[in-house]
Amino acid sequence: MSEIFMPRLSDTMEEGVIARWTKKPGDAVKAGEVIAEIDTDKATMELEVFEDGVIEQLLVEEGATVPIGQVVALVGPGAGGGTGGTTTAAPAAAAPEGPAAREPGTRVPMSPLARKIAREHGIDPDTLAGSGPGGRVVRQDVEAAIAALAPGGGAASAPGTGAPQATPAAPSGTGSKAAPAGGPPPPAVVAGPAAAAVPAAGTTAGAAADATEIPLTQMRKATARRLTESAAVPHFDLTIPVTVDPLLAFRADINARLAEDGVKVSVTDLLVRAVAVTLRRHPKVNSSWDGDRILQHRRVHVGMAVAIEAGLIVPVIRDADAKGLSVLARESKELAEKARAGKLRPEEFSGGTFTLSNLGMFGIEQFTAVINPPEAAILAVGASVAEPYVEEGALRERTVIRLTMTSDHRVLDGAVSAGFLRDLKQTLEEPLRILL
Amino acid sequence: MNAEPAQITYRQALNDTLRAELTRDPNVILLGEEIGKFEGSYKITAGLLKEFGPERVRDTPIAEEGFVGAAIGAAMLGLRPVVEIMTLNFSLIAIDQIVNHGAKIYGMFGGQTPVPVVIRFPGGGGQQLAATHSQNLEVWYAHVPGLKVIAPSTPADAKAMLTAAIRDDDPVIFLENLALYNTKGVVPDGEQVAEIGRAAVVREGTDLTVITYSRGTLIALEVARRFAEEGISLEVVDLRSLRPLDRATFCESVRRTSRAVVLEDDWLSYGIGAEISATLMECAFDYLDAPVRRVAAAEVPLPYAKPLELAALPDAEDLARVVREVLAATGFRS
Amino acid sequence: MSEEVQDARQLTDYYAQMVLIRRFELVADQMYKRARIGGYCHLNLGEEATVVGLMAALREQDYLFTTYRDHGYALARGMEPGRVMAELFGKSTGVAKGRGGSMHMFDAGLHMLGGYGIVGGQIPPATGAALALAYRTTAGPEAGAVLCQLGDGTTNIGAFHESLNLAAIWKLPIVYAIVNNRLGMGTAVEAASGEPDLYKRGASYRIPGERVDGNDPVAVRQGADAMLARAREERRPGLLELMSYRLKGHSVVDPAKYRSQSEVETAQAADPVPAFRARLLQADVLTEESARAIEDDAEEKVGAAVAFAENSPDPAPSELFDFAYAQDVPNAPRALPGDPLEVEL
Repeated sequence: MSEIFMPRLSDTMEEGVIARWTKKPGDAVKAGEVIAEIDTDKATMELEVFEDGVIEQLLVEEGATVPIGQVVALVGPGAGGGTGGTTTAAPAAAAPEGPAAREPGTRVPMSPLARKIAREHGIDPDTLAGSGPGGRVVRQDVEAAIAALAPGGGAASAPGTGAPQATPAAPSGTGSKAAPAGGPPPPAVVAGPAAAAVPAAGTTAGAAADATEIPLTQMRKATARRLTESAAVPHFDLTIPVTVDPLLAFRADINARLAEDGVKVSVTDLLVRAVAVTLRRHPKVNSSWDGDRILQHRRVHVGMAVAIEAGLIVPVIRDADAKGLSVLARESKELAEKARAGKLRPEEFSGGTFTLSNLGMFGIEQFTAVINPPEAAILAVGASVAEPYVEEGALRERTVIRLTMTSDHRVLDGAVSAGFLRDLKQTLEEPLRILL
Repeated sequence: MNAEPAQITYRQALNDTLRAELTRDPNVILLGEEIGKFEGSYKITAGLLKEFGPERVRDTPIAEEGFVGAAIGAAMLGLRPVVEIMTLNFSLIAIDQIVNHGAKIYGMFGGQTPVPVVIRFPGGGGQQLAATHSQNLEVWYAHVPGLKVIAPSTPADAKAMLTAAIRDDDPVIFLENLALYNTKGVVPDGEQVAEIGRAAVVREGTDLTVITYSRGTLIALEVARRFAEEGISLEVVDLRSLRPLDRATFCESVRRTSRAVVLEDDWLSYGIGAEISATLMECAFDYLDAPVRRVAAAEVPLPYAKPLELAALPDAEDLARVVREVLAATGFRS
Repeated sequence: MSEEVQDARQLTDYYAQMVLIRRFELVADQMYKRARIGGYCHLNLGEEATVVGLMAALREQDYLFTTYRDHGYALARGMEPGRVMAELFGKSTGVAKGRGGSMHMFDAGLHMLGGYGIVGGQIPPATGAALALAYRTTAGPEAGAVLCQLGDGTTNIGAFHESLNLAAIWKLPIVYAIVNNRLGMGTAVEAASGEPDLYKRGASYRIPGERVDGNDPVAVRQGADAMLARAREERRPGLLELMSYRLKGHSVVDPAKYRSQSEVETAQAADPVPAFRARLLQADVLTEESARAIEDDAEEKVGAAVAFAENSPDPAPSELFDFAYAQDVPNAPRALPGDPLEVEL
């Protein structure tokens, strides 16, 4: 009999959610076979067994939050060697009853009556916000949800907003990310069997208290924690405009050449590559704060912040300075897709040495990003905009991207960061340097 | 010209009923301490000795085990003794006879000899009688198969339920309450025989059910009246019979109102309310919008001093507070 | 029929009953050890003369309440040995339909209103039965009375004293018959009772007491007759102490190690059954042949009783609630362990 425990699957992970059991008691498993999907604070991971055997018991219910190291399943030798193979979740291992804040998969405190009414109306309890003691969902909460869903029953919605917003509802038990393996990224809002809009309190139109409760996903919690840490970092921001007409031409040229290979290089890819090669020349920037010392990294791993429904995640392109553009482009595309599907493995979203955040596609011209600790700096990339400029007394037009670098002042001084930016600008404006 | 129907006290209803049954059936005899010449500690048997003589209204020595057991034996030969024990507290001296014998003789001997005895006593505290004279141990009897345990809350029920108890072929524990003896109500004339084993919805309501019995019924009705002024509609279920327990009546009520509070005079742990709550878990689980709450006596030997006694016993304010809490827990707005 | 012949028949009958009880109890002991009988099993071995003498004095209209050591009383009061054995076997044909067992023999028709398992528990109800008789009937030679049998240890119980007091002040037709077998389980009478002359313990209530030899059925009967006559005719309760001895332990499973060998030998020497047999042989009431015929008959009856009990059906679980109440009542519980509550809405 071997014990399968909740593994540590990321550097910041302290607990995980058993999103889904893929095996049931009595199933034979081979070493390396996946028996469960686990939601960590970063992604949905796979739980593998280490030896051949038969699943004896699943000790934790789907949706339960379990600390690292807790036994979640027992695998026995099989062939009658084990105890009753059909036993399922032991109550003791179930998700702890918490205060009002709910985690995905945590049992919703709900009065039996409310539960019954919800069931009768096909309303997913996870979508409901409870107004009772300890966040208990009571009858009035369900009835409000039903009223809100009813045609013409939108009394609860604010004027002008039309139907109330649907609360993201995960299909039960799978936590926050629900895309089938290998499938397309989920839509921005995942509707449960009956996605219900739930005004948290009151039914008066336009009441200021109208709000929709959105349970925190593990990832959202991790994001919040990391960024809160980041806010304590003493930092400064430097912005530099970069003329990108040559870069865009360069990109068009490359894409034309690589089209046959099915590779399409994005501006971000070019930026990643440019940042990587520039970092190689500025090792001070390729550093991190480590409490009582600064670590200067010999390798360059560039992260790209990707917004997904469940939160923010930063897939990392390892050794980005050593990868050709086509490899880099393919890799970044894969990582982005995996990120959206919640399928990133820990090594794919950890260990970055510098991060790039691009909101240019939203038309944001210039912004500052929050440092992803312990990295020393982050680069915020704005939209490319055409603007007039004067050259040799004549008014001309050029395309400009504004880069804003936020630096951890404990690691970097203004001049160091400015030097980096100057070189990065030069690299981007003379794109052939990117290839060097 | 219609005169208001006359109201009589609970005490008078009991007295009238004993008289009526003594008159009707020569097998009915009364036994108890000070029920004859003294006319009863609480004057329930006033005038009966004079009317029916010492053979039928029999003063006993202070020997609860002896005379309760004797009543059981007399019942085995076909008499219908009605025993008065001065208060519930003293019934403990006779509990061997009640539990080990009265409750067992019919079933244990294979259904050969019924034991048609009635054992009456008042329970209740609140009279500054201190710990040994203020107990509500009815649940001890309600726990025992073979007994029937009933607790009327009104003069009308006192009459109809005592009549039923005397005519019943099984041992019946008839729980009265010191605080009820002087309460008044309209009592219908003529023969009234209640059905043992039935609860009653004594006030209909829609928002919350208060389940109670004996003295608690009066409190619950008073609280319900107060809430009605605020537009809150309480239903009150008077259990009336503690064994058998009429589960259907309060289950049905709670299914309608989805909220339940039990008001009981006994101590909280293992009390009447515990049984009611457990029953509701089974029969009304899917209908409850909040946990069932219990308002019961504080678990101490009841002190003599008035402020302590008041603190320990459940009252209307306690009930009203808990009712509000349950309503609030479900977001109730009138 | 001459008085002498009548007496001889009676004495023969006493012997036959004593032998039947002796045989029944020895077989009950075996059946207990063969696990046919469960629970407690207290035997009347050594008390046969007391049982038979008391029952001889009791008339049809009288009522009997006994202790849990009640097999002999059941038989001598007229219950079928087969139905008594069936009760021990827990069969539906038992005298209490298998619901009472060894300690709870009962037959309403025979006015045997129970063996009682709680020591002293029978005394107040027996007193109440006497109250009912007093209330309903007039005193006289043919009036009914109550015989309440109890053990020596019981005389220290409150219920005993409360009941004697009630019987005295209410003038009830009842005789309390103490079978003094010298031991309350393992405790000697002298160790348990401030007044070990138990017949004197009614003195506080002015209830006359008398002690007789419990090993002599004739003496027992005579003593009981006199007291019952006072009860019938004068409504005066009486207290009869019958000196007896258990041949065996308190119950079947008691090896009675608390008794000395000499005590046991004395008891065996005084064993009432062979003693009475010898007496009847000597008086020419019995011959060796007629005695043996009686003994064979008892053996046969008890054998038949065992066969009857063996072949009787067990009570069906479906009958569990049959005697929950004498009078039906709504909402009477009928749930078996683990059953969901039946709530008809």
